[in-house]
Amino acid sequence: MGGKKGGRQKKTLAEVLHYIRRYWLYLGISIVLAAVSVALTLYLPILTGRAIDCILGKGAVDFLQIIDILREMAVVIALTAASQWVMNICNNRITYRVVCDIRKEAFEKLERLPFQYIDGHPYGEIVSRMIADVDQFADGLLMGFTQFFTGIVTIFGTLIFMLTISFKITAAVVLITPISLFVASYIAKKTFSMFKLQSETRGEQTSFIEEMIGGKKVVTAFAHEEEAMEQFDEINERLGECSLRATFFGSTTNPATRFVNSLVYATVGVFGAFTAITGAISVGQLSSLLSYANQYTKPFNEISGVITELQNALACAARVFELIEQEPEIPDAKDAVVLKEADGTVALSHVSFSYTKDQRLIEDFNLAVKKGQRVAIVGPTGCGKTTLINLLMRFYDVDSGEIEVSGYAIRSLTRKSLRSNYGMVLQETWLRSGTVRENIAMGKPDASLEEVVAAAKAAYAHSFIKRLPNGYDTVIAEDGGNFSQGQKQLLCIARVMLCLPPMLILDEATSSIDTRTEIKIQQAFAAMMKGRTSFIVAHRLSTIQEADIILVMKDGSIIEQGNHRELTERGGFYANLYQSQFAHES
Amino acid sequence: MKSLLRFLKDYKKESVLGPLFKLLEASFELIVPLVMAAIIDTGVADADRGYIGRMCLILVLLAVIGLVCSITAQYFAAKAAVGFATGLRHALFSHIEKLSFAETDTVGTSTLITRMTSDVNQVQNGVNLVLRLFLRSPFIVFGAMIMAFTIDVRAALVFVVTIPLLSVVVFGVMLVSIPLYKKVQSALDRVLGITRENLTGSRVIRAFNKEADEIETFHESNDLLTRAQLYVGKISALMNPLTYVMINGAIVALVWTGAVRVDNGYITQGEVVALVNYMSQILVELVKLANLIININKSFACANRIESVFELQPSVTEPEKPVLHSDVKGEEEGEAVSFSNVCFTYAGAGDEALTDLDFTVKRGQTVGIIGGTGSGKSSLVNLIPRFYDVTDGEVRINGINVKEYGLKELHAQIGVVLQKSVLFKGSIRDNMKWGKPDATDEEIWEALSVAQAKEFVEKKEGGLDFMLRQEGKNLSGGQRQRLTIARALVGKPKILILDDSASALDYATDAALRQAILNLPQNMTVFIVSQRAASILNADQILVLEDGKIAGKGTHQTLLKSCSVYREIYNSQFKTQEA
Repeated sequence: MGGKKGGRQKKTLAEVLHYIRRYWLYLGISIVLAAVSVALTLYLPILTGRAIDCILGKGAVDFLQIIDILREMAVVIALTAASQWVMNICNNRITYRVVCDIRKEAFEKLERLPFQYIDGHPYGEIVSRMIADVDQFADGLLMGFTQFFTGIVTIFGTLIFMLTISFKITAAVVLITPISLFVASYIAKKTFSMFKLQSETRGEQTSFIEEMIGGKKVVTAFAHEEEAMEQFDEINERLGECSLRATFFGSTTNPATRFVNSLVYATVGVFGAFTAITGAISVGQLSSLLSYANQYTKPFNEISGVITELQNALACAARVFELIEQEPEIPDAKDAVVLKEADGTVALSHVSFSYTKDQRLIEDFNLAVKKGQRVAIVGPTGCGKTTLINLLMRFYDVDSGEIEVSGYAIRSLTRKSLRSNYGMVLQETWLRSGTVRENIAMGKPDASLEEVVAAAKAAYAHSFIKRLPNGYDTVIAEDGGNFSQGQKQLLCIARVMLCLPPMLILDEATSSIDTRTEIKIQQAFAAMMKGRTSFIVAHRLSTIQEADIILVMKDGSIIEQGNHRELTERGGFYANLYQSQFAHES
Repeated sequence: MKSLLRFLKDYKKESVLGPLFKLLEASFELIVPLVMAAIIDTGVADADRGYIGRMCLILVLLAVIGLVCSITAQYFAAKAAVGFATGLRHALFSHIEKLSFAETDTVGTSTLITRMTSDVNQVQNGVNLVLRLFLRSPFIVFGAMIMAFTIDVRAALVFVVTIPLLSVVVFGVMLVSIPLYKKVQSALDRVLGITRENLTGSRVIRAFNKEADEIETFHESNDLLTRAQLYVGKISALMNPLTYVMINGAIVALVWTGAVRVDNGYITQGEVVALVNYMSQILVELVKLANLIININKSFACANRIESVFELQPSVTEPEKPVLHSDVKGEEEGEAVSFSNVCFTYAGAGDEALTDLDFTVKRGQTVGIIGGTGSGKSSLVNLIPRFYDVTDGEVRINGINVKEYGLKELHAQIGVVLQKSVLFKGSIRDNMKWGKPDATDEEIWEALSVAQAKEFVEKKEGGLDFMLRQEGKNLSGGQRQRLTIARALVGKPKILILDDSASALDYATDAALRQAILNLPQNMTVFIVSQRAASILNADQILVLEDGKIAGKGTHQTLLKSCSVYREIYNSQFKTQEA
């Protein structure tokens, strides 16, 4: 398992490097400058030490040399600051450009993903991969560049500089320092289960809160407040206890590592002082060593945190890459035909289809629709009426059999031309953020205002659009929040009205729309369907009765086919459905 | 933020001891450079190994004391912070439970959940950090300066100049970059919005072949985000180099001043080293402080948001002297529920949702309420159990204003089934007992059978012991609806409200359900809200709502003749049938 995980991590790392490679120039500069700034940073204490060595005591100060040294220090400081700054900017560029590229690729993939993937994953999950994970990755990457790399360079640089001063002291430091790493990882290991318990209890409490606040009306209606409070307090107390344990033991890391640092400092102090007595090093060099001891331990304290952060970042990157690497829709065939204007005939022959292998839905289904015919799809809610739409629009491909439009197998057509021959109005209306006009003109962006207005009028949407604060330029909020369900539907109809293709796929509104708007929608539908082949997910008796072909669906498969008279006479499922739903008057 | 501090009241001791021990630790840390100066000036200068050894032991001792102090401080801080959060969560939950829907509607459920979970966590972290570190860093900064003064006043002036300058730089960069980070956040929100929009509209986008345009739009926002990130990155990239220059510039100044002072015999070489060490300590602490302030800032924002929840006052309140059940005993047989001149406006909405409603329902009657979306059907029934209070007029049950009942008493009389079926994690039995905590299995089965749920519950593994997942996700929509109806029936309410709660049932089940309710022995008054004319055809009284007003009331036959709105609804659903 561990090996597998490691392999995955390596693969992700390779992919990350692949993205970074485009910015190799920045990367190169960053690495060089990191080395330069670390070297200069480490050189500075040596200079300080030398300056201090010129200050021996009263009347024994070598001002001339001090001025020289201080001048050199000023130059070193300026250079260090400059290289740090440029390095920071390079790191920023690499990080943000890389994540920009990743987001871009992820989004482009999103537009080409097969619907199996989109329908099979909660939107929230995909969004969180593209946004939260990428963001987390950016943080980790930046931290990696700024702290991990310089940290490592600092550790080795310091060691080298210390070695130039005193081998024995360096050896002592090297021996003691890893203790802080051990202490840190020991505490992390010991507290892991405490933190896990804390987050589990937190999760438990969150879902309890969600239930109780989300179902507040029910809680109120059944006067259940006291019981809820009791249950809440029980979880809350438990959370308090395990949270205290996790927080306290977790926060001992810092004092513990600092304690080890103090030990290092004391060790350097005592060894350094002894060595200084023998005259092997000067007081200034001792001062340099002391400041090295501080610098050397700092990255050690941070490094375990940085490594966790980096691992986390890689895990996030892996989730994004998983999305990017998804197999896209099968591309159109090279010799795919561009269907200019369909003649309105649709034929399904021996079509079989299922979403999952173990559940057959449509089997050996045949249907011939002539130009201008209306096909009504009926069945109880949740019977899978959208399956057929998915197949007609080629959102999904059939498992076997063939769907033909205008005599062409749809798999031999370009998706673009096939889809543009259908006008589709779904029940879950979707509007994009933008103006009303932009939304209506979605299928024909260069439409003139006159054309847009004409389409809106034909869709019975003009009158309410006119009354909007900015008319056709009114901005629609994300997901059309400022419009009623019925208005949204009318806008979607206007959108189709504008380009009115030869074939239609319509989904009749259900109960969430008020009667008057509903009548308008009916009228708009009727206007659209005139002379066009239409597939209608039908809820309304009149639509069903007027249809040329009725497809009766149940549990995802098509169980009956025929017109109203035939089907009622047959006395099957449809007849039953009809009796129970519509025959109250008889 | 201030008023939240009351939750620290029980942890006064911890809140004082925590920072105190931290300061103690910091003080010991400040002594270290002095010890080192002594080692150099006395130990090295006099070649006194014993002295150096003793001083070194002092260093170790200081480290041990520091460790003990800081662990003690961490403990007190953790205890206070966790206790604070536990108390806060308790108070918040109980406060939210008391709020009425007028308030929770405006705030939104998801907001309340965030307040209770991640916001409280953030504040807990903030409290912990403040107790541990907020005093420590300034203490070290100023402590180092004071120690410098004890060494040499002239040299200490370098500190007096450097510290304010450094603060200006550190906090200046922060002040400039915080609003910029907000800009980055809003650019990120935009990218997120486009992504989500594309997922929800993926079918439409592909149907209209708009993929390329969408990618174009995304690129624009993505570039905008990247540019914003790069810009703010450029500014925060200044922080490190600038502080580095200032601190080391100060060290250069210190060495020079030190040189002059030593030359004149005022201070020793070791003391110069100590001064340099103090300056380095300041740099480390200032950077820590800047990070700390960012965190505290976040916690403050969260604390303010939590506070605004506490500031909400429940609008539906208990009467001072609730009507006792015995008072109602003498209820007149006739009137069960009546509305007189009822008007209702949702908080924050301009227009009235209900206008001048006037009707009386007799005990045992079935009332059908029909009308388009937004016509006020749900608002009407929500007034009966006081989910909302009327803005004008009176709602009466058994002739007594609903506001005069104790809330528990009131709710016990009414069974409500909402549009959205809400069930809770737990067994079916647990869920059914919400209606009546001491219900027997027999009573539960009875209710289930009326709600047409008996059959499928029997088929579930374990029957009544079948465990529902959160929100009852392991049941179908229709099954959930029937269970919520059964739950309302278990308590044998006098008034039953079905708020469009049969929408997922097919017509046959719906009809059987209505028939079974009618057959119940307890002479229940039933309100049925529905979009389907078929569901309310046989009601004793039908209220037709349009735009919050009663457009017609009466039986099916009379309304068909007298009410055009009713006719329109009816015809749209039954038209062809009649033709």
